[in-house]
Amino acid sequence: MSPTLQKSGSLRRRLLLQLLLAAALLSTFMYLSVRAVAEKAAEATHNNILGASATSIVEQLRSSNGEIVVDIPYSAFSMLGSISDDQVFYRIESDRETLTGYEDLPLPDATLEIDDPHYYTARYKSVVIRATAVRRVIPIAGKPKSVIVAVAQTRFGQDAIASGVANTAALLGVGFFILTGLLSWIATNNTVKPIRTVAEKITRRGPQDLRPLDHPVPQELQTLVDSLNGFIGRLRGTLRRTETFIADAAHHVRTPLAIVRTRAEIALRHAEGDDARQMLRSVIRAVDESSRSATQLLEHATVSYRSDQVSHETFDVSLMLQDVMGVHEATAELKDLVIHADVVQAVSLSGDRVLIESAVHNLLDNAIKYSEPDQHIDVTLQTDGADCLISICDLGRGLAGKSQADLTQRFERGSNVTDVVGSGLGLTIVEEVAHLHQGSFEILPRTGGGTCTSLRLPLSR
Amino acid sequence: MYKFTATIVAVILLSINLKARAFEIEDRKIFEAASVADAGSVTGIGLSELKIISSTDLNYFEPLVRQYQLQNPNVTVDYTVASTAEMFKAIHAEQQPFDLVISSAMDLQMKLVNDGFGKSYLSTQTAQLPSWAKWRDLLFAFSQEPAVVIASAKGMDDLSIPNNRQELITLLRENPDRFRGKIGTYDLRVSGAGYLFATQDVRQSDAFWRLAEVIGSLSPKLYCCSSNMIDDLESGELLLAYNVFGSYAAAGLSEQQDGQIVPMLDFTHLMLRTAMIPKYSDNHLNAGGFIDFLLSDSGKALLSSDAQLPPIQSEPVTESPHLQPIRLGPGLLVYLDQLKRKRFLEQWTDAMIR
Repeated sequence: MSPTLQKSGSLRRRLLLQLLLAAALLSTFMYLSVRAVAEKAAEATHNNILGASATSIVEQLRSSNGEIVVDIPYSAFSMLGSISDDQVFYRIESDRETLTGYEDLPLPDATLEIDDPHYYTARYKSVVIRATAVRRVIPIAGKPKSVIVAVAQTRFGQDAIASGVANTAALLGVGFFILTGLLSWIATNNTVKPIRTVAEKITRRGPQDLRPLDHPVPQELQTLVDSLNGFIGRLRGTLRRTETFIADAAHHVRTPLAIVRTRAEIALRHAEGDDARQMLRSVIRAVDESSRSATQLLEHATVSYRSDQVSHETFDVSLMLQDVMGVHEATAELKDLVIHADVVQAVSLSGDRVLIESAVHNLLDNAIKYSEPDQHIDVTLQTDGADCLISICDLGRGLAGKSQADLTQRFERGSNVTDVVGSGLGLTIVEEVAHLHQGSFEILPRTGGGTCTSLRLPLSR
Repeated sequence: MYKFTATIVAVILLSINLKARAFEIEDRKIFEAASVADAGSVTGIGLSELKIISSTDLNYFEPLVRQYQLQNPNVTVDYTVASTAEMFKAIHAEQQPFDLVISSAMDLQMKLVNDGFGKSYLSTQTAQLPSWAKWRDLLFAFSQEPAVVIASAKGMDDLSIPNNRQELITLLRENPDRFRGKIGTYDLRVSGAGYLFATQDVRQSDAFWRLAEVIGSLSPKLYCCSSNMIDDLESGELLLAYNVFGSYAAAGLSEQQDGQIVPMLDFTHLMLRTAMIPKYSDNHLNAGGFIDFLLSDSGKALLSSDAQLPPIQSEPVTESPHLQPIRLGPGLLVYLDQLKRKRFLEQWTDAMIR
């Protein structure tokens, strides 16, 4: 298994957390600003009414017989009562002398412009009040006299509005946060999706698939995918060199082996004495085995090499199968084996003919090798939906308990086949061919003894 | 059986509980807790007190207090009667430790709570009050009493009964000799209720000053109290009285047929009798309980039957648009302004006293 990588956090979680943090900050900001704006608006409304109240009193100021006449209109206070149940205080003073109202009501320190309401906040009777003061100059006995009218109100009404608004703002903020959180989650998933897609593409590939990734990826992943492709390229190069080396080696071994075999056969013909003949036969057998190994190594290298560039030609599988059976007919006859063919005609398949042929060769070769004389082999070709199914069944010695996964490993052979020439590469090749064509390969014990191998290949890709 | 051993004790002897007192009281009665009376001894356990200061006469409130004590046998009620102005002094200037202030002077009550002398109280009963009948959980109205015109049926026999102030003015103008010296109204200089009614009349309509001019030209008799006007109308000294407490009129006129209430359909102000709990109260929970009692169904029933005080009802106000409750609110403070009051009384005196 691949070593477990140490995780350095999750991109998705990091992104989501940052977005949520931003959403929380924005929600808080929105809550505070809605509150601030609403409080400003409420204060402005209260100020306006306070100002109107004070002004309406100021409008009634006049002088009579050298005295200031103050006639507070009923509406001056009732208008304050109409918007909130707040306590109302007032004070009318001239020359630092309170004419009427609450003598201890604080007045603003600032100098007041004439007829321009000045708003201020103060503490009175141990509560916070909002107050306004208006100054007007009226002539008393021909001399101008300054009169200040102050009207104040407690802030319960304003605070009630503020707390009402605060609740609404808090609700808004929470709603906003939930909505943004949801959107953040969706956005995060969408952002991380290409990474996962690339990962899935790579995971889904077969072990032999070393093509570069050509799936379109976002700009930010381009570098990663480029380096990955570079890495795959290097890996492929290395693998190709290895396969080439093996093919070369196999080729170089096969020729001398052929010469050794020929010489050994000639020697056998002229040999006298059973010991010498026996020895020569075992030499020939060893040479055959080595030769076959070399051939299959070469074949395997071919499969590996071609796996990079599988050709797609359309050909008739049934004809190909006939050809392969024709090649093996002579060998079968030597062992008195009969090949029963049950082949559907004209099955057109799109794939790499060389590779598929090689796979079928291997399967048929195995069937012949592991059959006893006078037995028969069944070769069938069927179409099954979009696939074609090539099955080759023998009545031979079976699998001796080994599983398909074991048998398709390189150089792995059955435990009951030491007497038969073989390299352990045949089934590996078949498996790889099936894989390259997005097909599958199955090897199962046949009921009543023997083995059934079946190669399932899609008709078109 | 409940045994009420309420004892009237001389006021002077009972001033122990009160601070050094400068305000004048008219009457006082202590209704001892029923449980004390039953046990025969004062154990003091679970007992509490409720000190009420009220402008409403004892005989109107006694049945209410007794009913309240039936439901709260552990509460001793100390009921003090004073004029509205003296009550205001007791709370505002002297901060006497009363638990409940019941007054017909809406403006003074409003000033008490506006100046921060009230303690807030909230209950299911007070929550059901219409908005015009309470102010900020500090001031609660429990009765609504119209200011009415009463007239002697005998004295008015051949005259058409006026339905509004304009018709009243015309009636007086056309029959000066019959009404001269026979009209009664409040002396605004001494009566808080009279002042409140008059200022509300002015606020409502200019007709008040014309009416004042006409009444003033007919040598009116000025009174401190509604009951005196009702008495004088019954005795034949008066033909007509303007701005009399409808509740007192209904009570005083019911037995004899001569006096009758003349409804003013242009507008009839409803004065609200209100209760507030002073912030210095030691027994504010009892006070709140008493307010709840006044607003409860049994309290309302007693108010209208025994005390002759119509309880707060929002329906008649909507059904009879001429009935206009004087709204609780800071507007009431305007006519309490010393300069405003001075000016108003000067104007009124000019019109009324020749």
